[in-house]
Amino acid sequence: MKLEGKVWKFGNDIDTDVIIPARYLNTSVPEELAKHCMEDADPQFASKVQPGDIIVAGKNFGCGSSREHAPIAIKASGVACVIAHSFARIFYRNSINIGLPIFECPEAVEAIEEGHRIAVDAETGKITDLTTGGSFQAQPFPEFMQELIEAGGLMNYVAKKVKGNA
Amino acid sequence: MGMTITEKILADHAGLAKVEPGQLINAKLDIVLGNDITAPVAIKEFQKLGLEKVFDKERVCLVPDHFTPNKDIKSAEQAKMLRDFAREQDLTNYFDVGQMGVEHCLLPEQGIVVPGDVVIGADSHTCTYGALGAFATGVGSTDMAAGMATGEAWFKVPESIKFVYYGKLQPYVGGKDLILHTIGDIGVDGARYMAMEFTGEVISNLSMDNRFTMCNMAIEAGGKNGIIAFDEVTRAYVEGRAKRPWKVYQSDPDAKYAKVIEYDCSKIEPQVAFPHLPENTKPISQVGHVTIDQVVIGSCTNGRIEDLRVAASILKGHKVHKEIRLIVIPGTQEIYRQAMHEGLFDIFLEAGAAISTPTCGPCLGGHMGILAKGERALSTTNRNFVGRMGHPESEVYLASPAVAAASAVLGRIAAPWEVK
Repeated sequence: MKLEGKVWKFGNDIDTDVIIPARYLNTSVPEELAKHCMEDADPQFASKVQPGDIIVAGKNFGCGSSREHAPIAIKASGVACVIAHSFARIFYRNSINIGLPIFECPEAVEAIEEGHRIAVDAETGKITDLTTGGSFQAQPFPEFMQELIEAGGLMNYVAKKVKGNA
Repeated sequence: MGMTITEKILADHAGLAKVEPGQLINAKLDIVLGNDITAPVAIKEFQKLGLEKVFDKERVCLVPDHFTPNKDIKSAEQAKMLRDFAREQDLTNYFDVGQMGVEHCLLPEQGIVVPGDVVIGADSHTCTYGALGAFATGVGSTDMAAGMATGEAWFKVPESIKFVYYGKLQPYVGGKDLILHTIGDIGVDGARYMAMEFTGEVISNLSMDNRFTMCNMAIEAGGKNGIIAFDEVTRAYVEGRAKRPWKVYQSDPDAKYAKVIEYDCSKIEPQVAFPHLPENTKPISQVGHVTIDQVVIGSCTNGRIEDLRVAASILKGHKVHKEIRLIVIPGTQEIYRQAMHEGLFDIFLEAGAAISTPTCGPCLGGHMGILAKGERALSTTNRNFVGRMGHPESEVYLASPAVAAASAVLGRIAAPWEVK
């Protein structure tokens, strides 16, 4: 999977309350959540973001609440992937489970600035800054997670397993 | 090489003699939990795949506690999804309004989680149950759905950090201050992906309610779980409550830790976390003059009976400051009734506090005490992120019930001993 898009940059410790405030959690409809994506960090984000754009952020992205609504809101807003210095544990797991590609790459976060166009090769983890020509290597997914992704996400994997046993 | 308590519990539930940090395992689950925000997403996933029955109707727990009693029509629809699913699946542990409590106060109280368990909950504060000597961790809705279907979940075995608390606790210093001090020291990602094992003479002498408070906030340091070894304090709590047999695990003397961090508790004052991260802690002596508009005493962090007793002991004979709204939220129906019987409600009501039915409510900016633009709250809850309790330009300060009660009386963030 080759991804290419414009960068929206955020700082450290972006929590899931900022990604999708709890006042909007009385629904789990992805399109509704997308309307308020990143609202408390940048109130205009949802109206500015274009399909294929990429979020680049600092350390501990997605910390706080376990709400899966956070990666769902990001995915439904059209964001193709998130690159961060590091991810909080539950957000990382949720993103894989719902199929939002995420990459840890401190070097890319340091070098890439807001508004740059970047390309990401989801298979190899190679990130290229098309604005500057710089390139970076993200950690590829562990083998176990690649298996989950290849099965079409966690629930497909589970359905096969449960129905297979029945 | 020995194993930590976390490694032992995970190994046993994966059917392995030994596990090591970094190892991916598939573990059997004792309890799977969801609430009215996270379970609807899980139920939809579960049904979308045409799955019929949960793995065990006694081990899937649904607690609608966040936006309940239903705050609006959409929330009512979400709560109804839980109710319908619970009836269809004939779930033993579904708690509707009237039996419902804040989930992480409720499950230990009802003896649903027991020592030695492996628990996943679609709520980040599921790590609270580590205080019972269980492995408990927060997950998202899809993991919850998979857990409901299979009774299993995959985990990467975490490294452990051992925290050793020694020395004599200062007056009015409790579990909340110890954990805030710890988060202030290591930061909001200081234990990212890791187990936080709380040990030492101070922990041994700490009550269960204070232990729950500490394990509850392990997630605020990025931890996968917090855990405290089973001892006589744990035994006294679970005896008479536990609905299943429990199993005791202890860390081996030669268990391997990524780090060992020691704190001299005789030097720890009551702590306050300033906006907008739980790591922005200051000892009460360095807070300065911070006026506030609202005080909240409650939540899965500090909504238990001891928390209410401490607050009442300070509020007794005093009035809430005229510019402050004090909201007290007992964590469960049982805590509510006990506080009432002990006369704590008389003290709260005479002081001018509002007492709420159990709910997560204001902690996450849901209802029952939302902040307006520019308003400031001091709260015994667990997060002070931007917009957490209401308007994005409001502020939340975190502290213990003792500091909260004193602040409610004095109209500014205050030390408990300032209330004469």
